Amino acid sequence: MPQISLELERKLVTAVERMPAFPKSVQTILEMTRNINCLPKDLVGVIEKDPVMTMKILRVINSAYYGLPNKITSVGQSVVYLGINTIKNLALSFAAVGILPRFNTTGFDIQRYLLHSLTVAAVARLLCEKYARAEADPGDCYIAGLLHDFGKVVFAQFMSGEFMKALAFTVDRGMPLYAAETEAIGADHAYVGALLAKKWQFAEPLVNCIRDHHAAHAEPGAMLDCLRMADAICRKHEFGDSGNPWRDEEAAQLPGRFGGDIEVVSAALGDLEKIVADAQAFAQIGTAK
Amino acid sequence: MKIKMWGVRGSIPSPGPRTVRYGGNTTCIEVRGDDDSLIILDAGTGIFPLAQTLLARLPVMANIFITHTHWDHIQGLPFFVPLFIPGNQVCIHGAYDIVSMQGIEQVMNVQMQYSFFPIREAELRARIEYRTLTVGEPVAIGAAMVTPVLMNHPVTDLGYRIECNGKSMFFTGDHEPWGNIYAPDDPGHGEYQAMIDQRQAELDRAIGPVDVLICDSAYTSAEYPPKIGWGHGTFDHAIAMARRIGAGRLLCTHHEPTRGDDELESVFAEALARNPDPGCEVLLAYEGMEIEL
Repeated sequence: MPQISLELERKLVTAVERMPAFPKSVQTILEMTRNINCLPKDLVGVIEKDPVMTMKILRVINSAYYGLPNKITSVGQSVVYLGINTIKNLALSFAAVGILPRFNTTGFDIQRYLLHSLTVAAVARLLCEKYARAEADPGDCYIAGLLHDFGKVVFAQFMSGEFMKALAFTVDRGMPLYAAETEAIGADHAYVGALLAKKWQFAEPLVNCIRDHHAAHAEPGAMLDCLRMADAICRKHEFGDSGNPWRDEEAAQLPGRFGGDIEVVSAALGDLEKIVADAQAFAQIGTAK
Repeated sequence: MKIKMWGVRGSIPSPGPRTVRYGGNTTCIEVRGDDDSLIILDAGTGIFPLAQTLLARLPVMANIFITHTHWDHIQGLPFFVPLFIPGNQVCIHGAYDIVSMQGIEQVMNVQMQYSFFPIREAELRARIEYRTLTVGEPVAIGAAMVTPVLMNHPVTDLGYRIECNGKSMFFTGDHEPWGNIYAPDDPGHGEYQAMIDQRQAELDRAIGPVDVLICDSAYTSAEYPPKIGWGHGTFDHAIAMARRIGAGRLLCTHHEPTRGDDELESVFAEALARNPDPGCEVLLAYEGMEIEL
């Protein structure tokens, strides 16, 4: 059972609250909000592409003060509850923290990480729409994709020495990054991401998806299946880089609900070029590779 | 339960001959429970004349519930004279501000900074307490129960449902019905509309049937389109809400500051003509209006 000390947990929770967001969203939010008539849907379109901003908004809206009957699981839903002006000002306060540097001391490229997160989010939504509409919400699958690897940015930002070691283990020993993290840090990004999400009272299915996205034996569910298949497709096609290269032996452990292996499912989704191009435009990367 | 309107104007005080019948003070409502416990909804400039009436009977024990911290709902707070008198007790209730990450305790602290007001909060002599509310959690004030409900406005905004011995009222504070941020042919339109419909149903349930609904009715339907997103509703919105929740009586308030009395009556008559069967008595709120339930 992975674990981190209570002291480290406290440190991470506090640190993440002060975490800067991604460059493109910070820049776009600052530009858009100079215009008093900026369209709410455009603002939402930017915020929901930034894992840090999305995470922070879900954190504040799910806090106890609002006593909401159901957990809020999307940026759009947050706008319905808090109003666009509040969301706009929250986004501005996140933007004021600064921007994540493209490379930190670990060499982990956050732009390629963002490209990975955005493509997984979009593909997970697509899978849900196509295969699991009756069982899961496509918007929830999008958020699960966007936030599933959140623990990695946390490691890269706040535990850079240990994370650098884990990244090196992955390359040198050919082991999955989550296993390397457990060895170098004592817990993997899925565990830490879920721990933070739970602490911030995110919806339980989202917390579970973040926790279980590498757990081949976790109880299957539509949202988790969409996330795991989307993650596999994006890693196999090298849409961005999650620091965890695709290994062919993973194919056998993928969920079976999509009626074929990863190649078949991927082909059935059609051309993913638009998803990748949109994500690239946001992540500010010229090439997917 | 008794209700008295002390300020019915929206946005900015609007005194003068054109507003003499309905009044120019901004939002303030006095509510008395059956045990005479004092609940004040909002501290717009209408709280100043209310304060004068309270001084005859000291000590004052007041519970002020702030819907939101825009100026027209708090401007009278530093002029609430009972705050200056030792022996009085004033509890100020309100929302947690998600952007400033502060509770309602910031409301006077901010207003009474040196450059803006000559007296510091620390110099007030009454016993002052702040209670940051949790949405949906009722607060007992004497015989009455006050339940905060999250509304829709460009800042965190609470409406208040007050119940006392089987009688009830709801004040929306400022409120605009939700609109879809996507155009009908945008991909997100349907999903967003479903969220709005769910939210509207939740709000209607939280308000529930009441004897009196006091509702933001700032605009006419014709004035509304360029003001979408400003956080206020129309007479027609208010009538629709009253009908949905099953209100016994509807008081339209937050009158547009540029609207004189004659014009207010004229646009109100037009709204009633458009809604010939509103399902309840519909009235224009005016300063000094009293209702006993």
